[in-house]
Formats: sequence, structure tokens, C-alpha cells
Amino acid sequence: MNTTTTISPTLGKRTVMTLIVMVLAFFSVFAAQPALADTVGDNFDDTIVGNIKNEGEPLQGVVIKVEGNGYSAEVASDAEGKWAIGVPEKGTYKVTLVEDTLPEGIAVLEGGAQQEVTFGRTGTVVQNFFIGEGERNTISILDQFLMRLFDGLNFGLLLGLASIGLSLVFGTTALPNFAHGEMVTFGAIMALMLVGFGVPFWIAIPGAVVLGGASGWAMDAGLWKPLRSRNIGLVQLMIVSIGLSLSVRYIYQFFIGGDTAQLPYSSGTGEIPLFRTVSLGVVDLISMGISLIVIIIFAWWLTRTKIGKATRAVSDNPALASASGIDVDKVIRVVWITASALAALAGVMWAYFRPGIRWDMGTQILLFIFAAGVLGGLGTAFGALVGAMIVGVLIETSALFIPSDLKYVGALVVMIVILLFRPQGILGRKERIG
Amino acid sequence: MDWGSIFTNTAASMLSPATMAFALAALGLAVHFGFVGLLNFGIAGFMAVGAYGYAISTLTFGFPWWGAMIAGILASVVFAVLLGIPTLRLRGDYLAIVTIGAAEIVRLLFTSQAWQPVTGSADGLSGFQGSFRSVNPFPEGDYGFGPWQYTENQLWVLVFGAIVLALCVLLLWRLVNSPWGRVIKGIREDEDAVRALGKNVFAYKMQALIVGGVFGGLGGIIYVLPSSTNPGVFITSLTFFVWTALLLGGAATVFGPLLGALIFWVLQAFLGSFLPALVNIGLLGDFTSAQAGSLRYVLVGLGLMLIVIFRPQGILGNKKELTFVK
Repeated sequence: MNTTTTISPTLGKRTVMTLIVMVLAFFSVFAAQPALADTVGDNFDDTIVGNIKNEGEPLQGVVIKVEGNGYSAEVASDAEGKWAIGVPEKGTYKVTLVEDTLPEGIAVLEGGAQQEVTFGRTGTVVQNFFIGEGERNTISILDQFLMRLFDGLNFGLLLGLASIGLSLVFGTTALPNFAHGEMVTFGAIMALMLVGFGVPFWIAIPGAVVLGGASGWAMDAGLWKPLRSRNIGLVQLMIVSIGLSLSVRYIYQFFIGGDTAQLPYSSGTGEIPLFRTVSLGVVDLISMGISLIVIIIFAWWLTRTKIGKATRAVSDNPALASASGIDVDKVIRVVWITASALAALAGVMWAYFRPGIRWDMGTQILLFIFAAGVLGGLGTAFGALVGAMIVGVLIETSALFIPSDLKYVGALVVMIVILLFRPQGILGRKERIG
Repeated sequence: MDWGSIFTNTAASMLSPATMAFALAALGLAVHFGFVGLLNFGIAGFMAVGAYGYAISTLTFGFPWWGAMIAGILASVVFAVLLGIPTLRLRGDYLAIVTIGAAEIVRLLFTSQAWQPVTGSADGLSGFQGSFRSVNPFPEGDYGFGPWQYTENQLWVLVFGAIVLALCVLLLWRLVNSPWGRVIKGIREDEDAVRALGKNVFAYKMQALIVGGVFGGLGGIIYVLPSSTNPGVFITSLTFFVWTALLLGGAATVFGPLLGALIFWVLQAFLGSFLPALVNIGLLGDFTSAQAGSLRYVLVGLGLMLIVIFRPQGILGNKKELTFVK
């Protein structure tokens, strides 16, 4: 513990470059990163740094939060006004200056207290805030809640796309597919690849979904169908899906490496102001609109078409469905294709929501996809959707009340609690739990 | 190609704390899955709880090494009980999902900055070996021969790990050949039949979860004893790697987990040196060494799939003993 601060442990102080306060100053330090006074996450290579000064006077104890790519951290500035937060990967992060921790009468004057930073080629990025005497742009709890709610609905919809597929596969084959996260990543990587080949953006994303569907066909034809024919036990199939998940995940790492890549329009597309301080991102709105349309089409397919009805029949009772003349293997093939295509679409949206594409991005949300499925009742498509909305909203809004790096814990706790009291989930039926 | 260094790295991995830690954790899974049929996918959580139990009780409360060991073991017991009460009545696949979730909760709690002064957050904890090293019976110096070269502290961890491992193997061997062991194997084969015999299935499952959890916790302690503990280690992949080691050796065997852990780490060390060497002499096209590193884990995943499909009983297992019925 350094004597100048009581909030976080400190590194040794060395002379650190002097920074003037400026708006959105991005520049990179090419030499080894200097030891900064107040630092969290210094075991990571990439660091966001800054210096908080008001008219040349350093401000101590101002809290800075960093959030993005499934990671969040916060730190307080030291006696020299300096702070640094190490992050696990290069990418885009939201940096927030908590205005309540500024001295009386001091506020962020321009640019807002929340900024986005994106790493360039080097491991350090500087984020400073333009502060001075003035009125604070305080965001009321209600507005914060509304924005979190919006984020949560957005996250819930993309989670829903993925967990519907998981739930359908579970319903028809009884397999909890641990490789579902990799099917999500697949969509994002295919979109990235198509964009890289010069395919126009608006073709690349449907293309990625089609390729996702094709991968589902290939997986069922090449792996799951032969295993079903061999009468391999359920637990074995589950472990096969884990092996598949590991293999495929590292195949992604093999091809795209450990860095984060971005799809076009992933930042700086603007926001639509709604009322007071609430505003909605354009990309988020489009993403939610597409999710809703796809889910409505899917619901129509499942309840109105012949194959959709057959799917529900197989999900209910495979033996009886087979006896009534339904081709169970064909239905399962269709389910794998649908699940993979929906997962691929969810992957593209997850790439915008995080934001960024990474080899293990699907694994990061696999447990929330499961939580959504379990909450709604595994095997029920609409239950999965309801579960996903609850999980998404819960994760985002809970960050208002608990430390933001614990927000993902809440969803997992809810999953365990629901299994304790209602293991069949919200829309499931009791006989499923065995 | 430098066969000498490839051989040295591979041979050195046979006797390493990581191998022993994996063997211990796999032994715990053997109790859970091999003998009782519990699909525990949260062994990384047990390891984390054991490791942090040791580290925190040393650093925050100043326990001596043996007190910290007991604290780590108790932490694993508490985690097993907390996990078992809600989940042991669930069907296998639900149990798998819940245990993965529970292990992730543990990891996120240790990663969170809310308890940074105690848990060290994402930076982890280090410097908790003082008391353990102070009882090191080996005088200062270098020991070993050939590829096996150790300082006195490394040797002490190895010898200590070997003693713990041997005691756990002995305990498990006695347990599974006792009346208690026959009951838990009965639960694996047919829970209802055992219940019909008047046995309290829940209590037996809970006892087995605790025994296996303690093995896992000890594995976690041995894993971090050489240097430091970091929450980034105890990710879901660690669980899957331990599963791979277990299924490789044989889930329903006492010596299978040992053999599996040994083969897993020897192959990891071999591929870790061999694949980059292939890259260096240009035999793998224009791969980078990072890509060669990814390839190693692709092979782990493929290996796991092939074992489960073609030899689910593992190398040492008996096909009749474990049929993956449930």
C-alpha cells in the first residue's frame, strides 16, 4: 500500500510523462509502459491510462470505470491525478468518469463523462476528460435504468436467438450442446471473413447466417447423425460436444489469432436522442429490429408450418412422432440447421454488442445461453426466449446496484436458484427433469 | 530439429506439480463421475476454492502451512456441501450445467475487484509459500539428474505433492473396495435399486461429492504451491482438460486418473516443443509458433472426442464397469 492512496495497491512511482488535459487525446506510448501510480490489472499487456487535472491541479480519488469485451474494472486516481487500467485484450472499451467522485462544483465540461476508446497498434491508449468548474450533466437513476434496460433487452434478444437453437436441439435430441458457443462465434467470424473478401456488408451478414446453417447441416451429417446411429449414450454425446467445442475454438484461434477484430460500423454510428439524457444507438436499434423480425418468422415457422409442427412433435415424444410417420432424422437435421443459423445471427449481433470479434467470444456467453434455456425450460423454444430476456435485462440492470464486474454472477445464481425451486423452468413441464 | 530439448521438456513434464495437481483433480472427478456417476463439470471451482483457501488463509490470516492446508480442504468441503444441497437431486445433464455455472461464479468472485485486498482480483495472489518452505527438509542447493533438475524448493513441492497424491490414491483405493464403495457404485448403476435397499442415496452422493471435492481442492493447492494463484487459471477449459485426463486413463479406476494426467501433460509438453520445432524447420508450411500452440489444443479436443466415442472406459478401464448409461 502506498501512503498516498488507500483505495488500491500501487506500483512503484517513476517519473511519468506529463499530460495536459485534452479532449479525447489518443496517442500511444511506444516504449515499455511506464509504471503508473494507481493501477489495476497490471498483469495484462494492454492498458488504458489517463491523468485527471483541473487547471493544472491533480485530482485524487476520482473513480474511473472501464467496461467492454466482457471485462470491467474500476480504479481511483492517485495524488498526481493519474490512473491506469489493464485490460485483457485490445478492442473498444467504454471509459466512464464517475462524476460523483469529483470535488464540489467540478464537472466534465465537454465530450461527456463516458467515452469510447479503441486500441491502435500499441498496448497503451490514453483517455483524458475535459473537466473544469461547471454544472454536472447528471444522469438520473431512472434514465440510467432505462438505458440499462434497453441494453438488457438488446442483449436478451441476441441471447434469445442463440438459446432458442440450444433449446430446440435439447428438445429433439436431449443433448445439452456445449459447442453452441462456437456456433455463435462461427457466424461472427464468417461475417468478418466475407467482409474481408470484399463482399458488401449487407450481403455479408445474411451470407454468414447461410454459412452458419450450412455448418449445422455439416455437423449433423458428419458427426451427430453417425453417433446417433451408433447408439452412443447421452453423457458421451455431451462430452463429445465439449471436445468439439475445444477443438473448434482453437481452430478459430489458429486462423484469427488472439486479437479482437471489428466488423464495419461497429463504432461511431451515432445515437438517436430519445428524451432527457436517454439515447439509443443506431446499430443497437437495427440489431434489435432484425432479432424481433427473425423471432416472429421463427415463431410462425414453429407453430404454422408442417415441419415446424413436426419439430414440436419430436420435441414432445420422439417415439410417438416416429410412429406417426414423422421422419425424426430429417426433423433433427432441420433443427441443427435452424439452430446453427440462429446462432450465427446471434454471433454477428454479439460482435456488435461486445463489441469485437474474438476466438472465444461464443464461450463467453455460452453459460448465459444455458442460463436462459434453463430459466425458460430447456426444450421449449419460447421459454428460452423468455428466459433470455430475463437474463439479459437482469445482467444489465443489476450493474446499477452491484459492482459491475459481478453483474454476470447474478445470471448464474438465478440459474441455480431456478433449478432449486422450479427445475423445469418457467414454461417447461415437470416430467422433463427426470 | 533439436530432439535433445524436445526430449528434456517432455521428460521434465512427467514430474511436475502441474501433473500431480491434474492427477489429484482427476482423482476427485473419478470419485464424482467414475464411481458415483455425478457429472461434475465444476472441478476447476473446487481447485480454485482449495488454492484460494490456502493462499488467503496464509496471507490474510497468517496461518502456518498446515493450517492453510486444512483451510483449503475445509473450503472445498463447504463448496461441495453448498453445491450438493440444491443440485444432487437433479438429473445428470442439469447437474453438469449447474456445476459449470457454480465454478464460473467462484472464478468471477475471485476476479472481482470488490474484495481486491483479500483476493488480489485479476492479479491473483503470490508470496504465500513462506511457511511451507520454512519446513523444507532439503538443504539449499540443486538436485536431480538429466532432464529432472530442481532447486530445493521445487523438489520440496514435488516430494510433498507426491506424498499427498499417494495418500489420496491409497484412501480412494481403500474407499472403493469398502462397503461404502460398493454402495456408491450401486448408485451409479441404479439409483432406485439402492434406494429400495434402504440406503440414503442423497447422503452417499453428498459424501462422495465431498471426498472428490477435497481431492480437487488439494489438487488446486499443489497447482499453485510452486508460484502464485490467479483466477484466470481456473477457467472452464481447466475443467475440460482434467476431464480429458480422467477419461484418457479410465474414469472408474483408481490408477487411471494418474496415468491420464501423466499422458496428458507428457503429450502437452511434447507437442508444445515438437510443433514449434516443426514450424522452425518449415515442415508445417508457413505456420507461426502461435498457430502451432493453438494446434495443440485442437488435438486435445479431438482426442477427447475420439476417446469418448471409441474407448469410453479409458485405457485402464473395464467396459462392463462403466457403461455411460445415465
